[in-house]
Amino acid sequence: MTELAIKKKQRPKNLDLKTIRLPLPGKVSILHRLSGVGLFLCLPLILALFQWSLSDGGFECVQAVVANPIGKLVLLGLIWAYLHHFCAGIRFLLLDWHIGIDLPSARKSAGLVLIVSLTLTAVIGGTLLW
Amino acid sequence: MKRNVVGAHYGLTTWIAQRATAVLMAIYTIIFLVAVLVVQPGTADAWRAIFANGFMKFVTFLFFLSLFYHAWIGIRDLWMDYVKPTSIRLSLHVLTIAVLIGYAGWASKILWSL
Repeated sequence: MTELAIKKKQRPKNLDLKTIRLPLPGKVSILHRLSGVGLFLCLPLILALFQWSLSDGGFECVQAVVANPIGKLVLLGLIWAYLHHFCAGIRFLLLDWHIGIDLPSARKSAGLVLIVSLTLTAVIGGTLLW
Repeated sequence: MKRNVVGAHYGLTTWIAQRATAVLMAIYTIIFLVAVLVVQPGTADAWRAIFANGFMKFVTFLFFLSLFYHAWIGIRDLWMDYVKPTSIRLSLHVLTIAVLIGYAGWASKILWSL
């Protein structure tokens, strides 16, 4: 019994974040979680901006926020988080349907998620904010 | 029998709900972008008109409800992954639900004040 416990303890494990080399699908996965948490934390900001934009005289104030470089940067970050979460989510849905689950396809689709979400951020962010 | 009060033994329902809400939000995203492209809201009145429309009001509210339900599942997973002490985890679950229900009330107020 004690021997088994000792054996169990000695199983190799590496949880040192600095030495783990995360493969691309892993990076997309953790970015999916981080973007989700970021969006969750920004929900009050998003709702407040939405309410403000629809209130009397608020639309012009929100336009001023959009025109401000810092405001623009924050909103662009939110748009990227949304679109990354969106694209990575669609990839996960496809994986659920057993589409592209072999390693080469999964790596390729992970790279595609990064590229497509950044492109969409440029296009949609550019259209909405500029 | 030992029961874990914060375990998820109703996984399939939650798993489906996470994906169903995601699909609803994805469809709404397209509807929203098309509406913005068509209306080109450069003025307060044009922007307000988008959400004053009955259909848009309904689907926007549906989007918000999907978002909050989806967020609940995601944040719940986060607490289950990283917070092990039951008392803290349970408190965070309750706090998350409370905040999200508050947001749902807020979203309905925004839309139906129009």
